[in-house]
Amino acid sequence: MPKDDGIGAATLRREDVRFLTGAGQYTDDIQASGEAVAVFARSNVANGVIKSIDTSQAAAMPGVLAIFTGEDFTEVGGNPAGWLINSRDGTPMHEPKRPVLAHGKVRHVGDAYAAVIAETKAQAMDAIEAIEADIEELPAVVNMKEALAGDTFVHDEIGTNQCFDWGWIEDNRAATDAAIKGAHHVTKLELVNNRLVPNAMEPRSSRAEYHRGNDEYILHTTSQNPHLTRLLISAFVLGIPENKLTVIAPDVGGGFGSKIYHYGEEALVLAAAKKLNRPVTWTADRTEAFLTDAHGRDHVTTIELALDKEGNFLAFRTETLANVGAYLSNFSTATPTFLHGTLMAGNYTVPNVYVNVKAVFTNTAPVDAYRGAGRPEATYSLERVIDMAAREMGMDPIALRRKNFIKSDQYPFASAAGLEYDSGNYDALMDKMESVADIAGFAARRKESEAKGLLRGFGVNAYIEACGIAPSNLVGVLGSRVGLYDAATVRVNATGNISVMVGAHSHGQGHETAFPQVVADMLGIDATSIDIVHGDTSKIPFGMGTYGSRSLAVCGSAVVRATEKVITKAKKIAAHMLEVTDQDISFEDGIFSAIGTNKTVPFGEVALKAYIPHDFPLDQIEPGLEETAFYDPANFTYPSGAYCCEVEVDPETGKVRVDRFAAVDDFGNVINPMIVTGQVHGGLGQGIGQALLENTTYDEDGQLLSASYMDYTMPRADDLPFFKVDHSQGTPCTHNPLGVKGCGEAGAIGSPPTVINAVIDALQSGGKNVTHIDMPVTPHRVWTAMQNA
Amino acid sequence: MYAFDIERPTTVAEAVAALTGEAQALSGGQTLIPTLKARLASPSKLVSLSGISEMKGLCASDGVLTIGGATCHADVAADGTFKALSELAAHIGDPAVRNRGTIGGSIANNDPAACYPAAVLGAGATVVTNRREIAADDFFQGMFETALDDGELVIAVKFPIPEAANYQKFVQPASRFALVGVFVAKTSEGVRVAVTGASNEGVFRWREAEAALSADFSAAALDGLTVAADDMIADLHGSSEYRAHLVKVMTQRAVKAAA
Repeated sequence: MPKDDGIGAATLRREDVRFLTGAGQYTDDIQASGEAVAVFARSNVANGVIKSIDTSQAAAMPGVLAIFTGEDFTEVGGNPAGWLINSRDGTPMHEPKRPVLAHGKVRHVGDAYAAVIAETKAQAMDAIEAIEADIEELPAVVNMKEALAGDTFVHDEIGTNQCFDWGWIEDNRAATDAAIKGAHHVTKLELVNNRLVPNAMEPRSSRAEYHRGNDEYILHTTSQNPHLTRLLISAFVLGIPENKLTVIAPDVGGGFGSKIYHYGEEALVLAAAKKLNRPVTWTADRTEAFLTDAHGRDHVTTIELALDKEGNFLAFRTETLANVGAYLSNFSTATPTFLHGTLMAGNYTVPNVYVNVKAVFTNTAPVDAYRGAGRPEATYSLERVIDMAAREMGMDPIALRRKNFIKSDQYPFASAAGLEYDSGNYDALMDKMESVADIAGFAARRKESEAKGLLRGFGVNAYIEACGIAPSNLVGVLGSRVGLYDAATVRVNATGNISVMVGAHSHGQGHETAFPQVVADMLGIDATSIDIVHGDTSKIPFGMGTYGSRSLAVCGSAVVRATEKVITKAKKIAAHMLEVTDQDISFEDGIFSAIGTNKTVPFGEVALKAYIPHDFPLDQIEPGLEETAFYDPANFTYPSGAYCCEVEVDPETGKVRVDRFAAVDDFGNVINPMIVTGQVHGGLGQGIGQALLENTTYDEDGQLLSASYMDYTMPRADDLPFFKVDHSQGTPCTHNPLGVKGCGEAGAIGSPPTVINAVIDALQSGGKNVTHIDMPVTPHRVWTAMQNA
Repeated sequence: MYAFDIERPTTVAEAVAALTGEAQALSGGQTLIPTLKARLASPSKLVSLSGISEMKGLCASDGVLTIGGATCHADVAADGTFKALSELAAHIGDPAVRNRGTIGGSIANNDPAACYPAAVLGAGATVVTNRREIAADDFFQGMFETALDDGELVIAVKFPIPEAANYQKFVQPASRFALVGVFVAKTSEGVRVAVTGASNEGVFRWREAEAALSADFSAAALDGLTVAADDMIADLHGSSEYRAHLVKVMTQRAVKAAA
């Protein structure tokens, strides 16, 4: 086995050659003659009645081919939510229809109510300006508390802005209340998990072709999961038979969750392509991305932590308002519930947990899963209130966490929030963190900062998350309308090279490098002779795509299973070639051997034989060497970590600078440590961005004030320190064949509370009685908090 | 972007002749081009100033640094004759902005959060146009307003090089324009303090600070002063009180750095 490119090798990412030399092929790069361009007319009010839309003048403009409004889609279905959540009283959630184009009402700024298809984009834009839409503006519902109290409804037919009122676990409610009532100490904190705009580098883009001869459609689109997109379009929205619709997600420039979902623009270009019998393309501009990509987070939470006098955790109780925006995006009901409430026991042996989540409709863009999806919200609430409790009780924040950690000999551990953690070692992570971060040197560094007039703070965090989403049987019970397996086909070609068709989609994750490492390791052949095929429903098996740090744990496991099947088949062929029985064949380092003899045959010759079966016993061996496996995980995987950071706060300006950051993660086994480190770096960048910089602000009329990079602060390189990243303390996942857990979201989950805890520590060290500041902790917010302290 | 015509004159005279009717001068385009792309402006004609060699370059003589109006920020940053000004130019935008954006374009636009207006006003520079010379104190007339008439171009800016000077910028985190920027210049005629980013009226001089610093050029001289928040900008990134506070903090830092 070539150890330099198998499991555990820090192989350079092969796809980067393409990306860094401008050879990537993104949806908007695909062009054909006869292509027409779609541009959307979007609401500039947050809530309004569409009285009339006069398109006659626009239709007569040069180059205009067709104009669509909501009227054209009244007969097709709505874009559904993927999870059905029941309220505490047993009633199902309210699920308003999400149309292709707004019909009757517009419900958020950016809501599309018409589309123009023209020969050129400029012509389409001119025609959009000529559409006369009479939209009567209504008062907007923006603030969640006001939305629940008031009588202005985002969806009049529902008669409430509450989508659901969910309890987890309802049977634990009384015991949790009792534990809090009788506790020695209760720490209570209200906090905001700030709304984020996903800001993928490539904006959303969709391009449809219709082939009249065989009534077939091809949709190129920016998707993290082309089969799921096809399923939604076919089964719910347009009703195009699945076998007549090919969905291709080519190179995709980042998703972070926002490209999981099916959006109306995809349905529009498909309908337009058929009507015009021409390819129709649409690419969002950056303003459209700000206004219409599904946003992330946006929770307001009150959390209570009850402790006994020794600091043992007795209960966590939370009440959360979760903004779902104007319509239910596909994962929007799962994110604040089963991806959030189930993690509210954290890394701790706490016996009582109760979570209440009310999802709230508002006249804002839909909110859905964004890197971490529910787990960052859970971790932030837990790790902020724990830090506050440590301060209130005069305990060391690390010692308090250690006191309540699940210990390494307690696995599998049934958490009080309903999950069974399979493996972990939180003390080992904390030990490692304390050493790599040089905590011993903190006091001296604080003195140096003080000499410069700066306040230095130390913040710590322990997180656990659930990824490798997900066991279908479990999520089915929890309300999922889909299964969450994945699939792979390993095709060994006659000349011995290999194509692996996978259901996962790579849009930054490095699958094209990491997956071949797994196959190369198993087959003992060179990884460079193995290629991954992904993103095209006409080529790959039916997989559920990439999100929730699931690609390697779920799809990678399918790759393992399919490769095992290939080995089994190849052993039969080798046995035939070496004239022994299957049981007498061993396989190691790419060589099949007849046990007890010196007879061998290499993998490549077996592959060739599979396709030239002149002498095969066809009743025993089929020709060919290609196998498919579907893999449905037995459980979630549970990555965990211990993070710490040091910040310097300028007390004159309130400016926070992250000076040091250490992230020690348990990802189980690691296939490519370089890619894992890169994933952690990216997650930390986004998590620190959430903590310090990124804020999505709607005014009371529902206008998005932070709708461009002039006002929405993205993290930049000089906002971030050099990270110390360690994943040496992995405890393998016990239920998937690779022992892997998933690393894509960890950094974004673990870093926000780490930073805020450090900022509070810094301010307290300067004598400022500041106990909490909501994210993002901008200079202005820090200064204001100090003024009020 | 809507359709427009473009002319590329090579002399100031040609440029002035081309600037008729709805025509719009285009210098580095770092504000104008994004505005056009967003369809927020629709000039029928653009007159590009980037091919006019007499409007480019820096020249120091007799304690005055003259900078052509079409000189890009990167060239000012690289010059170093007037160190505080070069440092200011080096921190405008990003490399792409600095290699396209020009001093003339910046001050003619007079964005209330731009850096250059603070230097021009703080150093007591003179703006040279195709028609006249305008003192900095007369040039800036409120947010996006200047003394320039239609068809009048910034040909050059003449900076008297101060005895000591410094510019301190506290950035708006997203745009990295100045949330508050303060240019302090110590000259033989006294100290000048110009503030950008903070006021609803655009760049302004903080006269109380100038008086205090002219008597005692030290940060401590400002300890007793406060800045009124009344006319300060309040937005997503900071309240008017915060900006008023930062004016003093940044002024003190500029004095320390200049001293």
